[in-house]
Amino acid sequence: MESRTEVVIVGAGINGCALAYELAKRGKEVVVVEKNYIAYGATGRCGAGIRQQWATRENALLAKKSVEIFEKLSDELGYDIGLRQGGYLIAIHDEEGMEQAKKNVEMQKSIGLPVRIIYEDEIKEIAPILDPKGMEAIAATFCPTDGHANPFKTTYAYAMAAKKLGAKIYKFTEVKDIKVKDGKVEKVVTNRGEIETKYVVNAAGAWSKEIAKMVGIEMPNKPVRKEALVTEPLKRMFDCMVISFKHGIYFSQQEEGQILGGIPSPEEKVGYYMEPTFSFLKHMAYMLGKYAPPLKHVSILRQWTGFYDVTPDALPILGETSVEGFIQCNGFSGHGFMIAPMTAKLLAQLICGEKLEMPIDRLSMERFKGEITEERAVVG
Amino acid sequence: MKIVCRCEDITEEDIIKTIDEYGCETLAELKQLLRLGMGHCQGRTCLILAAKILARKTGKSLDEIMPSFRPPVIPVEIGLIGGKDGE
Repeated sequence: MESRTEVVIVGAGINGCALAYELAKRGKEVVVVEKNYIAYGATGRCGAGIRQQWATRENALLAKKSVEIFEKLSDELGYDIGLRQGGYLIAIHDEEGMEQAKKNVEMQKSIGLPVRIIYEDEIKEIAPILDPKGMEAIAATFCPTDGHANPFKTTYAYAMAAKKLGAKIYKFTEVKDIKVKDGKVEKVVTNRGEIETKYVVNAAGAWSKEIAKMVGIEMPNKPVRKEALVTEPLKRMFDCMVISFKHGIYFSQQEEGQILGGIPSPEEKVGYYMEPTFSFLKHMAYMLGKYAPPLKHVSILRQWTGFYDVTPDALPILGETSVEGFIQCNGFSGHGFMIAPMTAKLLAQLICGEKLEMPIDRLSMERFKGEITEERAVVG
Repeated sequence: MKIVCRCEDITEEDIIKTIDEYGCETLAELKQLLRLGMGHCQGRTCLILAAKILARKTGKSLDEIMPSFRPPVIPVEIGLIGGKDGE
């Protein structure tokens, strides 16, 4: 392993790999250290939906700009990322939900998203498998440019492209300590040696809190256990992701035809417990049956657990900290995959001293000192 | 051509090529990249075969790369688990 580099990225999830690529593209020396393998954590366990319909402008903008990158990413990286844009259909259940949806749609339209409110007939037209009554839906919002990409293909595409540009990715390499000297990051101590570096990027997902502690920074993030399941593959029935903020459910039909989705488990807890539960399976199966009755006859193949790295306002924590050279890239709260392309670009611009394409100072940890505006549009 | 994963139609050549190209050291990485063992049988035949190929290629012992399995043990219908009215 190198004894010296310019940037060490902790974590080879989508954000770590995308940032490695953006930095290597700008000529920076980059070393990524990953305690397991690429996309071991949240990235490899996520629904990999790409949604631009957010309630906060920050998230909506990050997602919109990310979609613009996703659309060209296979060509740029030289590997197929499996992008499909079948839209996101977000159920509206009552008057209160309608009020919030109208506000969201207005903001989303103002930044140029093709979002609209649709009713029963159009819901059935877009996804004939859905039962609006079972969903308890009075309407929905729909954005046709939302979609999905293969989380493995996308992460490996970034990783392979980064490597071709000279970035080094070390798997099974665990960070044991980060040395700080005179308020500046000095070196990273791993189980496979030490690396002197100017910058350390904390992209360790649900484990970011532990990494930050090594430089004396306490983070408000909580690792929240989330479960998902997948069915046998079926012929194509619908193209959109279906979600509900009220029920917390999300599901879509993947490239190979399987239905993949999740919902908050009745036994959902904070912490790193990874065993799947039967209560999740039962609750998700029941809700899937209500949302899309024909699915009752479809078999579940697998269920698993991942973690959301949740912040108090469900917005990511990005940028510089009180320790010079220690950069945050975490707190994605369940939507790190979909905003990774733009996040990586912005952090690369920050590290390289370029002008940022959009400001990220509101996403630093400083915000928790004042009053926070919570992102409410969260599922899973 | 030797088929290893029947559900996802993956050959021994595919596995060797992927190990070489991406530097895979675990079955989990092969699953991510090839969908190995992610089909209807949930890898009950192929993962052991793939583990042997991986052991041969990486020099690791079979014990180090044995597969883990995710529930349910056999595919089960959504309607059977979810019940009619959440029962």
